[in-house]
Amino acid sequence: MSTLAIDKAGPTRKVKLRSMSRDRTWALRWSYFFLVLFAIFFLIPPIYMLITSLKSSAEISAATNPWWVFHPTLSNYVELLTSNQFLRFFWNSSMISIVVVIVTMLISIPAAFALARMKFWGSATLATGVFLTYLIPDSLLFIPLFKMLAVVQDVTGITLLNRWYVLVFIYPTLTVPFCTWIMIGYFASIPKELDEAALIDGASWLQTLTRIFIPVALPGLIAATIFAFTVSWAQFLYPLVFTTSIDQLVLPVGITTTLIKGDVFNWGQIMTGALLGAAPPLVIYAFLMDYYIAGLTAGATKG
Amino acid sequence: MADVVVEQGRLARAARPRKRASLRNAMGRKSTVAFFLTLPLILLIALLVLYPAFYSVYLATLNKAMTKFVGLSNFTFLFKRETFWMVVRQSCIFAVTAVVFKALIGFIVAHFVHNIPGKKQRKWRGMLLVPWVIPPAMSTLAWLWLFDPSYSAFNYTLSFFGIGPIPWLGDTFWARFSVILVNVWYGAPFFLIMYLAALKSVPDQLYEAAAIDGANWWQKIWHITLPMMRNIIAITTLFSLIVTFANFDIVRILTSGGPLDRTHLFATWAFQVGIQSSDIPLGACVSLFMVPILAVAAVFILRDVNKRGNEA
Repeated sequence: MSTLAIDKAGPTRKVKLRSMSRDRTWALRWSYFFLVLFAIFFLIPPIYMLITSLKSSAEISAATNPWWVFHPTLSNYVELLTSNQFLRFFWNSSMISIVVVIVTMLISIPAAFALARMKFWGSATLATGVFLTYLIPDSLLFIPLFKMLAVVQDVTGITLLNRWYVLVFIYPTLTVPFCTWIMIGYFASIPKELDEAALIDGASWLQTLTRIFIPVALPGLIAATIFAFTVSWAQFLYPLVFTTSIDQLVLPVGITTTLIKGDVFNWGQIMTGALLGAAPPLVIYAFLMDYYIAGLTAGATKG
Repeated sequence: MADVVVEQGRLARAARPRKRASLRNAMGRKSTVAFFLTLPLILLIALLVLYPAFYSVYLATLNKAMTKFVGLSNFTFLFKRETFWMVVRQSCIFAVTAVVFKALIGFIVAHFVHNIPGKKQRKWRGMLLVPWVIPPAMSTLAWLWLFDPSYSAFNYTLSFFGIGPIPWLGDTFWARFSVILVNVWYGAPFFLIMYLAALKSVPDQLYEAAAIDGANWWQKIWHITLPMMRNIIAITTLFSLIVTFANFDIVRILTSGGPLDRTHLFATWAFQVGIQSSDIPLGACVSLFMVPILAVAAVFILRDVNKRGNEA
């Protein structure tokens, strides 16, 4: 460090004569070099999932080169996609995610509209409260929620624990606050003249919402929908705690609990299951990447 | 909402003009409409977030059978247990180390992506965000398989460099390292995207002016990039701190807290104590210890978000 400083201060300092464009080319080359390194780091697990899912159990236990498939086979996929159990997990996950998306939208769009446009008593506090709720993690609430469900089940006689549909009521606590928050941002960015004009023309508040706000803020709506779907699809803790019978499990819990039998890991099937479980969010992401990223960044930049 | 609409229709059919007009006034009144629009949200938050939060405080004061009130003895019991202090330390190490590395990697990679021409940025950004898109439970399974003791793909690769088999999940140090590594892998893309968005909002003129003044790359980062991105860095880091501190999936699947509870976090330990050993009050007690650090982070986030709101 010190020698470097002396060098610089020395009288025979070399003047850099490299041109700006050559500097840029080198910066670009280095950028690509490091990007490739990081891309390898980021993509190893999904690629390894794919590699393993194409192997037979015999090839996996033969301990050949793990990074190459010598006898590719689709048997893992065929086995899982024809197993009623796996299809059941898939069905449970899909039903829950779709219903949760609908419930989330029905709750958060009207609320965001009211919070963005109608200044009423306590509206600012409520908006802050919504944001704070978003910061409460699932790992803080799973124990009291579990006990609450048990108590309600005892009092009313309705079976709540170990039923997949109860998750439909629990998941909105994770999705609604964030969706409301970003929808407030999107709604607030719509020019006031638009809804004032509608009100003057005699539109009711509800008409203003359905005819003007929802169409104009459609990109935000799509971003919120994607968020709600991916969160409910990926949720692991609540279903792990609230459901136990095999026919009530969702995909992430089902794969981790049923495909791992004791100490026997059927890795080919586990990786196939994991890849199939990761597929819906990945497909959505591939087609709607811009909305996905907009939703991701909106949380912190809209306020 | 539906009830109100029906009621309005019924009264309209009753054909009492004055009453109808007043009802329409009430319906049209902003605060009434706003109340009904936000009612589902308020109910959801009150019943399924606020109530459980306070209920958990109540639960924490009961004995194991949940039959009698024992005051703070669950807390004092925890304070006397060595495992508890280990979990506190591990959670802090885990959260701080993981967030620092996520922030660093995110910052560095964001610069690389920002450097390359605009058209190709989209492709790279798309590729680098994949870890964030895959459900963490699924990708952690892939990591578990990469770390597998007998068929570990990592050890296979490392053996070519003469590095002996590493007990990825069997040894205390390596288990903690692996858990943090997976968390960094999962969370770094989030930082990358946030920083990339922030980098794009820094005006180019600032860098040009700095270049004319003879600033080197480090001075540019220190005096221009960092101050301009200060707010977004603060919000992202605090937010990630909350999520990382409360993490459950990765540790649960990778190590289940082992070896010998050496990787347990608050969430996974609370799950083991509260659900698996069905000592609900003690589990609630454990998870409540997350509140102080979450509250501090939340206060700072709120301050920064509000500041942003005022600037805009």
